[in-house]
Amino acid sequence: MPTTTSAPVENATTATSTGASPRRQTWRDRLSRWDLKLSPYLYVAPFFLVFILIGLYPMLYTGYLSFFSWPAYGADRGPWVGWENYAHVLGDSVFRKAFWNTIGMFLLSSVPQIIVATILAALLDTQLKGRTWWRMSILLPFVVAPAASALIFGAIFADKTGLLNQTLAGIGLPTVPWHADRFASWSAIATMVNWRWTGYNALIVLAAMQAIPRDLYEAAEIDGASKVKQFFHVTLPSIRPTMIFVIVTSTIGGLQIFTEPRLFDTNLRHQGGSDFQYQTLTMYVFNTAQTSTNPYPRAAAAAWILFLIIVGIALVNFLVTRAVQRRSLR
Amino acid sequence: MSKISKSWRRTPRTALAACAVASLVAGLTACGGGGDGDDEQAKLGKDDTLTITTFSEFGYGDLIEEWNADPERPFKVKQTVVAEWDTWKQSLTTGLQSGEGLTDIVAIEGDMMPALVAEGASEQFVDLTDKELDSRWMESKYLEGQTADGKQIGYPTDAGPEAFCYRADLFEKAGLPSDRESVKALFKDWDTYFATGEKFVAKVPETKWYDSSGSIAQAMLNQVEFPFQTKDQKIDVDNPELRAVYDSVAKYAPTLSTQVEQWKEDWQAGFTNNGFATMPCPGWMFANIKDSAPDVKGWDIVDAFPGGGGNWGGSYLAVPTQSQHQEEAKEFANYLTNAESQVAASKVAGNFPANLEAQSVLAEENATDPYFNNAPTSQILANRAEAVPAGVPFKGDKYSDILGLFQQAIRRVDEGTDPEKSWATFTEGVEGMS
Repeated sequence: MPTTTSAPVENATTATSTGASPRRQTWRDRLSRWDLKLSPYLYVAPFFLVFILIGLYPMLYTGYLSFFSWPAYGADRGPWVGWENYAHVLGDSVFRKAFWNTIGMFLLSSVPQIIVATILAALLDTQLKGRTWWRMSILLPFVVAPAASALIFGAIFADKTGLLNQTLAGIGLPTVPWHADRFASWSAIATMVNWRWTGYNALIVLAAMQAIPRDLYEAAEIDGASKVKQFFHVTLPSIRPTMIFVIVTSTIGGLQIFTEPRLFDTNLRHQGGSDFQYQTLTMYVFNTAQTSTNPYPRAAAAAWILFLIIVGIALVNFLVTRAVQRRSLR
Repeated sequence: MSKISKSWRRTPRTALAACAVASLVAGLTACGGGGDGDDEQAKLGKDDTLTITTFSEFGYGDLIEEWNADPERPFKVKQTVVAEWDTWKQSLTTGLQSGEGLTDIVAIEGDMMPALVAEGASEQFVDLTDKELDSRWMESKYLEGQTADGKQIGYPTDAGPEAFCYRADLFEKAGLPSDRESVKALFKDWDTYFATGEKFVAKVPETKWYDSSGSIAQAMLNQVEFPFQTKDQKIDVDNPELRAVYDSVAKYAPTLSTQVEQWKEDWQAGFTNNGFATMPCPGWMFANIKDSAPDVKGWDIVDAFPGGGGNWGGSYLAVPTQSQHQEEAKEFANYLTNAESQVAASKVAGNFPANLEAQSVLAEENATDPYFNNAPTSQILANRAEAVPAGVPFKGDKYSDILGLFQQAIRRVDEGTDPEKSWATFTEGVEGMS
C-alpha cells in the first residue's frame, strides 16, 4: 500500500514548495517522507518486538539448549553433547509412535472438519429464516474452553460409565475401549477437536462465499446448472484463497494438538494412554521435559524436530496448492 | 478514581497505549526479577504469609487454622492442597527446573527423595540440618532425606507401614472368616492371599478381590530388595524378583483385580458400590477410605500383611532455595513435624508419624477407630512398622521414574495388552532413561 501511494503525494509536496522558504519546506518534506517510509514499519514494529521476545528468542535458545546436557532438577546446564539428544529422540520408539498418532489424529480431524465446514457454510449461505441465529450458534463450541469441553467429552467417552458406551451396551452392541484402542482414541479426540473448530472454519468460509458476486449464480442458473453444480463450479473455485488459508491454519493446528489428548487421558501420568496410544508430538515434548535424564535438552531437540516436521508439511501443502492453482489458471 | 477513569475515557487511544506500555514493562520486569529472587530474603511480618503445598491429606488443615488464629503468631500460613501426588510431582518438577513458582515449603513423596538428594538436584533445596533434631525421627526415614555429604533436605512427616483393609461384611457373604483375628491367616503370604481371592470371587462374582492391580504391584514391589537399581545405582529391571511381581499381578489381573486406575473416579466408586473387598492399607489410606465411603459399614483393618511387612509411602517437607522466606519456612517445617503437631495430624489423616515421640504418644493412647469396627489403629500400625524390613526396597536415584513406567506397564495389562508385549515396552522405556 504505502509504496503505491508515495509517488503522487511526494509530487504534491514538491509542487507546493515553490513559493515558501526552502529550508522549512525541506524539513517538512523530509518529515513527510519519513512518515511515509518509516511509519509503516513503526506500526508493525510492536508485533515484531513481542514476537522476537516471546517467539524467536525462545526458539533460538531452544535450539542452542538442545546440544547440551542438563541433569534433572539441576539449576545449571551441563557440557556440550553435540547431536546426542537428537539421536536419542529419533531413536525413541515412543517418539515414532507419537509421530504417527499426530498424523492420524490430524487426518481424522482436519479433513472431515474442512469438508463439513464448507458444506455448513454453503447451507448457511442460503436464504434461511433466522440466519444470524444459525450462524452464531455454530460458533458456540469455539467459545467453550478446551478444558471444559474435554470434561464434557470425557464423560461421553468414559470406558465404563460413559454415555456412548452405556448407550451401546443398552442396545446390545459391544462397547468400544475408547482409551485403550488406538484408532478409537484417535476418533474420540478428533471428535473433540472437530466439535470445537468446525464452526469457526465454517464462518470463515461463509464470509468468503458471501463475497462471490451473485450474478455468477444467476448466469449459471440461466445456463441450467443445478444447485450442486453451482456449488462445485461457481462457489468452490471462487473461494480458493480462503480455502488455502483454512487448510494451512488447520494443518498447523492439527499438528499441535495438545490439550484434548492430555485431558482425555485418565491415567495418572497423562502420557497419552498407557501404551502411548494417543500421545501427540507436542505431548512428547512436554513429557520429555519431565523425565529423569537430560529433560530440557531432549525436549528442546524434540521441539526442533517437531518444528521441522511442521515446516516440511506446510511446504508440501504450499507446493500442492500452488500446483492446483496453476492448473486451474491455465 | 472517577476523575481518572473519566479523563481516560475521553482519550481511549492514550489509555490503550499506556496500558500496552505498562503491561510490556511489567512483563519485562517480572521476567527480569525472577532470577535473582533467591538472594533477597524478606523478613515476614505478622500479617505476611508463608506458603506451603501438600498433596492428598497431610492433616495440617486444623493446625494451620489454629496457627493463623493465634494473635501471637509470627506470620500467617497459607496451605495449598493438591489432590494427587502425580499431579503435584509435575508442578514440583517444573518449578524446580525453572527456579520459580514453588511455595516456601513443599511436600515431597518419599519415592522421589532419592532423586532429589542426588547431586545437582540437592542444590535446589535449603539445608535444614539442625543438631537438636537428629534423633527426632525414625532413623531410616531421616537418612533418606539426606544427601551423601550429610545435608538434610527434608524433614520426614510420616512413614507408610502397611496393613490390609478389608470388607468384613463381604467376607461373611463369601463364607470367609471375618473377625480381625481369624482373617490374619488369610493374609499370611501372597499365595494364600491370591488363593483366598479366587475362592472369594467364585462366591461373590460381582465384587473383585482387590482395589487395583497397581496397588498390589506396589505392595509386592516394596518387599523386593533391589527392584529397579543395584546398590551402585546401575539400572537393572531384568531381575527375577521384579519379574515375579509383574507375573503374579498380570496373572491375577483379569480375575481378582478391578482393573481400574488408582485414585480415579471408577476406583473411588469401588469403595461404595462393593467394587472390591481388600486393599493394601498404609496409615494414610485410612482417611482416603473414610472420605470415599463415609456411609459404608463393614470396613475393617487386619494386623497382618502378606509376606511379612511393607512400607508404602511416607513424605517429607522441604524448603526450595527459591523461597524468599527460608528461615521462617524452616521454622514452620520444624513446627509441623514436632511431636505435638504430628499427633494432631495423625488423628486427622490417620498417618503413621515418622516422629518417634509422636509414635509413642499414639501407642500409649491406643486409639481405636469406630469407622473400622473399633480397630486399634495405632497399635496395628506400630506392629506393622516393626514388620517392615529395614532398607527394603533399595531406592535408587531413578526409582520414582521407573516406578511410573512399571505402573504404566501394569496399566497396559489391565487394558488388555499382552503381558509379554507390555513388559517389552517397559524395558525399552527404562533403557531410554539412561
